[in-house]
This record gives sequence, C-alpha cells and structure tokens, in this order.
Amino acid sequence: MKLIYEKSQPGRRASSLPRLDLPRAEVPEELARTKPPRLPELAEPEVVRHFSALASRTFGIDTGFYPLGSCTMKHNPRVNERLVNLPGFRDLHPHQEGDGAQGALELMWRLQEILAEIAGLEAVSLQPAAGSQGELTGLMLMRAHFADRGEERDTVITADTAHGTNPASVTMAGYKLAKVETDARGNLDLEHLRGLVNERTAGLMLTNPSTLGLFDENIHEVARIFHDAGALLYYDGANLNAVCGISRPGDMGFDIVHYNLHKTFSQPHGGGGPGGGPVAVRRTLEPFLPVPAIVRDGERYRLHYNRPQSIGKVRGFTGPFGVFVRSYAYIRSYGPALKEMSETAVLNANYLLARLKDGYDLPFDRLCMHEFVLSARTLKRECGTSALDVAKRLMDYGFHPPTIYFPLIVPEALMIEPTETEPKETLDAFVDAMLAIAREAADRPELLKQAPHDRPVRRLDEVKAAKRAVVKYGFDEHPDLSAEPTEPRQLEAQKGA
Amino acid sequence: MSFLSVTERDREEMLAAIGVGSVEELFADVPGEVRLGRGLELEPALSEPELVAHLEELASRNAHTGVELSFLGAGMYDHYVPAVVDVLLARGEFLTAYTPYQPEMSQGVLQAIFEYQTAICELTGMDVSNASGYDGTTVAADACYVAKHATGRSKVVVTEATNPQVRQVVKTYAPGFGLEVIEVPHRDGVTDPDELRSSAEGAACVIFQQPNFFGCLEPAPDLAAAANDAEALPIAHVDPVSLGVLEAPGRYGCALAIGEGQGAGNPLSYGGPHYGFLAAKTEFTRRLPGRIIGETTDVNGERGYVLTLQTREQHIRREKATSNITTNQTLLALAGLVHLSWLGPQGLREVGEICMALGAYAKERLSEAGFELVFPEQTTFKEFAVRVGRSTKEAIGEARAVGVHPGYALGRDYPGLDDALLVAVTEKRTPADIDRLVEVLAA
Repeated sequence: MKLIYEKSQPGRRASSLPRLDLPRAEVPEELARTKPPRLPELAEPEVVRHFSALASRTFGIDTGFYPLGSCTMKHNPRVNERLVNLPGFRDLHPHQEGDGAQGALELMWRLQEILAEIAGLEAVSLQPAAGSQGELTGLMLMRAHFADRGEERDTVITADTAHGTNPASVTMAGYKLAKVETDARGNLDLEHLRGLVNERTAGLMLTNPSTLGLFDENIHEVARIFHDAGALLYYDGANLNAVCGISRPGDMGFDIVHYNLHKTFSQPHGGGGPGGGPVAVRRTLEPFLPVPAIVRDGERYRLHYNRPQSIGKVRGFTGPFGVFVRSYAYIRSYGPALKEMSETAVLNANYLLARLKDGYDLPFDRLCMHEFVLSARTLKRECGTSALDVAKRLMDYGFHPPTIYFPLIVPEALMIEPTETEPKETLDAFVDAMLAIAREAADRPELLKQAPHDRPVRRLDEVKAAKRAVVKYGFDEHPDLSAEPTEPRQLEAQKGA
Repeated sequence: MSFLSVTERDREEMLAAIGVGSVEELFADVPGEVRLGRGLELEPALSEPELVAHLEELASRNAHTGVELSFLGAGMYDHYVPAVVDVLLARGEFLTAYTPYQPEMSQGVLQAIFEYQTAICELTGMDVSNASGYDGTTVAADACYVAKHATGRSKVVVTEATNPQVRQVVKTYAPGFGLEVIEVPHRDGVTDPDELRSSAEGAACVIFQQPNFFGCLEPAPDLAAAANDAEALPIAHVDPVSLGVLEAPGRYGCALAIGEGQGAGNPLSYGGPHYGFLAAKTEFTRRLPGRIIGETTDVNGERGYVLTLQTREQHIRREKATSNITTNQTLLALAGLVHLSWLGPQGLREVGEICMALGAYAKERLSEAGFELVFPEQTTFKEFAVRVGRSTKEAIGEARAVGVHPGYALGRDYPGLDDALLVAVTEKRTPADIDRLVEVLAA
C-alpha cells in the first residue's frame, strides 16, 4: 500500500481555515522557514480513505481475540469514549483555575481513593504516564526515602521473570541491579533471595502473580526478608487484573505499587499508547510523591503544591486525564463486583490451560492466575517448528498471537492471557486452533514455517530493517528495498508484554 | 455491568474441564494471610445511563473553552482539531490494538507511525524520530539521557525561558541519570548567546525552547551555535504548529529536536493524554529511546513495516537499554499525523500566520488600551506577556466572572512578573474575541 506521501499532489489540501483581515506579522528573516515541510497534500476524501485503509490493515480487540500475555487485552467499553469526549473534559485547559475545574479534580480525587482501596495502600499519585514511568517514579520514591533516612543503599533486586522495564528502570534510577532466580514451583527462590538481600539493598521489584501467571505462595516471607533488612517492596501492577478484590498488594507487604490503567482498567491501548501508571504508597512515603497532589478540603477540591520533600514532577500537569476518565468510568461500572472481573479472568485462563496442556509443554504445572506460559519446546525438537511459527500460524486462524519468547526463563515460551471479556466459544475456537496447529507441526510443518498466508504481508525481514534503518520516507531519494535480497528473518526474541 | 459473557452453565462446564469444584478453588495458591477477606469498599455499580449522568454532572462543573472565551496557553493550546481526526481515531482497529509486536497483524498502525516519523522529521529537519514519548516534558529528560551517553558529560543546561514544567521534569530525572542541571536566565525575554556559551562549557547538552515560554522568538541559530562552540549538543524544544513559519532546528545546527505535540491533533483534555516527539540527527539513531518503525520487505519482496533497532530497547537489552519506555502515545501521535495531513504544508503555514497576526493585533490593542507589554522589543509567535497593572489573580477572577479567561499568571513561575499574564491566541480566536479581551481587562 502506498504511503500517504506517495499519494500527495502539489496544490491539494484538506484544510479550510479562517481568512483574517489583519496585517501580516513577519518572522525575522534569520528565523524564518526556508523550505516548507513536505507534509502530505491531499483533499479530505483521500485523507479519510488513506487512514481507513490503514485501520483495516490493523488488528485490534474489536477485530478479534488478542491473547497477548501480560498485556491484558480486554474489551474497551465504548461508553468511556463518549464520556472522555464530553466538552467539560475534552476542552478543559489544564491551567484552568481550581474553581473552574472542580468536576475534573473531584474525578481524580475519587479515582485516587478507589485505587488506594484496590491496592490496600494509603496515598496515590496519578501523575505517571505509563507503567514504566510508574516504575521509575517508584524507584525515585525509594531513593528519596533512603536519602531522608541518611541510608546509602545502591541495589535493587528484580526477578529473572521480570518485564524488561524493571531492570531498565533500575538503571535509569541510578541503582545497581541484582537478579533473583525462580524456583522449581515458579516462586522466587527464597534461599537465593536471602543471600542477595543486605544493608545495601534498597528494595525489590516484583510482579505478583508473576509473568509465569503464578501467585508467589511465599510472598509473605519475601516481604519479611526485605522489611527485616530495612528495604522496600515495589509491586509492578502489570498483572493486577488477576487479584482485584482478592488480594491487595499492600496486604501482601508491598510499600509502593504502580497500576497499569491501560491494562487492568481498560484504557484502550491505541496501537501502543496512551497508558496511565499511577503509583500508590504507604503513608510514610506520601511526602515524597510527585507534585501537585489532589486534595479535598470539605466540599472543595484543589491542587496542592506544598510538598517540600517531593521528588518533583515526572510529567506535565496532573497526568493523562483522559485515561483517568475512562478508568474511573470502568471501575464505577463494576463497583464492588470488580472481584468478578478478576475471578472471570482467572477462570478463563485456567480453562484454556486445562484444554491446552496436553498439546504443548507446561513448564510449571499448577493452577494459573490470569495468564499462563506454555512452551513449544517439544514441537521445536520434534518437528522443527518454533514458538514464532506457532504464532504466525495462529494468524491464519484469525487470532492475534500470544506473547512469545517471554518470560526469558521458559524456552519457546507462549504466554497466553485471555482476559475476562472473552466468551467460552472464543476460548474453544482458540483451543481448537492451537491443537490443530500442533498436529500440523507434525504433519505439514511448512504450513507453520511459511505462515501467515493471508495477511496483508508475508513474513518480514527484521534483520534487513535493522541493518538498513530506513526510518522515514525519503521522497525522491527513497531506497527501493525490494531490489535487495530478502529473507524471512524474524528474531526469535520477545514479542509482546 | 455487561462486559462479561460467562453464564452459569459456561462456568460449570469450564470448572469441570479444569477439574475444580468452584472458582474459589482457583485461588488456592493465594495464602490466607494476604487475602482481602472482605468485599472491596467501593460505591455501588452504575448502569450505563447512570454512569453517563454521573460523569456529565462532573463535566458540567468544568469551565471549558466552549463556555469561557479562553486565552490560556503556557504549553497547552486551544488549536482547532479537525473532524477527520475524531472520526479516524474512533476506528476500533486503531483504538484497541496493542504495540505492533507482530507486524503481519499490524501493518496499518506500523505504516501510520512510519508516516508520523516522516512528518516529524520534515517539521524539525531531523533524520530520525521515535514513535512518540509521553509528553513535552519527558522527552526533554529522554534527550538529556541521550546527550549524557553521547558526550560522556554529566551537566545539562536549560534556559530559564524554557517551560517551567519541562525544567522541573528534567530536574526530577537528573539525580538518577547522574546529571547536574544548570539554568541560564533570560535577558528581556530571550536568552543571550554569549551567556549560554559560557554556561555550556563542559555540558552534555543545552535545551532551549523556540518560541520560548514567553512566546518570544529566541535567536535560535545563535543559541545552537553557542552550544556547538562548547561541544554541547544543542536541543531545541519546538512547537510543531510554529514550524510552517519558523525554521527547522535541523537546519540551524541542532542535534535533537523535541516538543509537545498537543497542538497538532489533540484536544486540551486537562493536560493529557498527549504526545511528546523526539527527533535527532542520524548519528544518534542507535541511542534514541522508545519504539522506532523501519521499512523492510517480506519474503515476496513486498514492502512492509516493523518495529526496528530493538536492541536499544528494554525488552531486549533490559538493564542496558537506552530507556525503560514501552507504552508510548501512539494514538495521540496518529492524531497528530492526521491533523498534519489535513493541514498540509500550506495549511500549517497559514495557521502559523494566523496565530502571529492575531498575536500582533492583540498586543497592539492592549498597548493602545494602556497595558504594558513585558517584552516589547521581542517578536512573538502565538503568545505574549502583558502587565495588567494589578494582581493577576484579581484580573483573572474578574474576567472569568464575565466569561473570559484572560491568560496564565506568570508570577507562578517567575518572581518579578507578578502582575503579568501570558496571553495565547490560536486560529480559533477572532479579532472580535481579542476586542472582548481588551474590553474586559480594561473594565
């Protein structure tokens, strides 16, 4: 399909703008644009057609099942889109005076209260823009906490099953990384952990349930080990969808939590974002939270900047407000029945697991939480077909593949998260497809290796993309990559999560 | 609530297949001491009509730009968002897709981001753009991290005329990055290149904003030259809407260009979600944070798009990644692309010209009415500082009482400007609106 720039014709335009009867204001010559940007030149019908065609070449939850592990691809209620577009939200300036933004402030204050109850912690900041920024904010809070106590601690521990964001955040926060291993049951290896934790340890970052989809049965003891050493526990909320109303991170012993509003609380993922990554903390850490805080005085709500020990601001204004509107609306749609959301997510996942475990390897044979990890190890050994091949073949059956090659400790990993919003018929159809693919791997492996067969493109050459690094349209100088040799070189590396 | 499909019969069949007797048994691994053991204390569930009524009531207590004639800017602008943006972004495929890890499923969004990257490079005169950052503040911190690793230096310089929130976020990130932050004061609303040059000695980078927070046009080429003299990377924080009339930072020596994308394609939305953009010269490609889309071909030689240069990223490089960013602002960046495609080069230029002409008209009318411009010598783009001759709180309160928001109180960030308002105009304002502003302020 042509790029929009290739459809462009000089002299066309879609925009109509006011014509003012005012004198022109000149830009000083040395600051003025010398060459216009080559933006697309199309009339409106072709703009609409172009992006409609791109939409039709994109697969979303609205299109079909999207069991991308650790991404919680659940239905996004459409009423939330109507609500976020109410003029009182959509057209509200963030510098509006407090008395002109009482409804927005109240919504955020209410969301803070709700999130605190769900996490079992006392104070919330909505500001972080996404999960990984919530992580970084949490680590900055750790740093501020220990600086306040005059303690020098330089190491943060993450699990070997952790999302890549955890170790990346550790580095960005200026900490050293230590990694704790997973034991044979899929819990943290307590003996290894005890050997790692000491007076230099600032804290732990952990997802619970883990990225294996398993609840750490020793979480109470894990918390004790860190707290006895004076260290803090950080909860990566990527998998909170498993435990809402069942077990709260604060009750598990975590001191700092981030939520992924775009996972658990149904902010649409938008092809990669936006997200929302609020953090919650124990009361003792509240003074360090970002500014401004949103507080209630009687019946009035206001932004509060006077927090002398605050880490500062991590993002503009008070955070991604539109995300808050959607997540607030989502939680209010459930009320206390939010527990049913998690229960159904766990039911759906266990049902899939029960029906799939004879067709694929199951590295940790336990009941799972909201997701589980299979391995295509045997298929690879016996048929030569990899997790990547299984993923590509699933596309032919009309499903988005699961997350693959993650977590890293499982070879040929297939990480499957159905979420609570899928009906049983869809789960059954997915099982049928997965089992059919396992049979095909034995009988006709080329069907997998050459898949997908009916997507807009066949397998793409990722190695060529990285080597050539063509990252924008070059107009008259755009290279013709089709004239260069191509192979279906896709990295057998993490796709998803 | 109606987001769940499971019926009683489904549940029984599924539990039987799993081999347990109840949903409760599925949670056997959750130890009793960490169980909640009670219901969540949340307000009762709302039906869809009740939910809409509740949020409409909340929204009704917000004075939005449809009920107040607004001259607020200071980083977020009431630009016109064309209808095509709303309609195309509501497409469920764009709205409900995840990050395009599986390219065969996501060619549409991948191509769209590639086109977005192209648009950002065209606007800024850079060679490579990432797929978006969180907002105009965090991309500044990201840029500092790039500069630190590219230069091996540990000081960053930011001009005082740069948006205060950008400076605050850079300062929040700096300790973790091992960076020291130095600010260079403004002189009569703009930055002095000589002063900047001496501060830039030994610095990894220099961040300045064009147009700056006061709306004034900085001597940007001279600032970039000053940074380059000190071998510090010049980084321009630019307004995309200005780049139809203002020179591209890539053409006056900048190493990186960053900015807040809101004005291109996104409504105000009380501060988010919006998108930040980050673009650079080729030599920094492999140091950039975040997603980058690249072109390639499939087995048949057909063109296609993939996430590329992933060895920079957290999911591959983990603690050695160039950033921890994963979720970004793709949908908002796509809105930016649609808006820019609607405008085209001519439309973008016209928006810039309208803003400048309206700004000049507003300054002239306010001056005639006896108000003093704070920086009368400077050329401004779409906002400017004016003294109201009394407390801004009072002036704002009185104007709002008659339905006009006259602007942002600069004293919040700049001591000595306690009686100054930052007044912003966009293509949505008219000369008659400005006459009304003058009338209200003068009353």
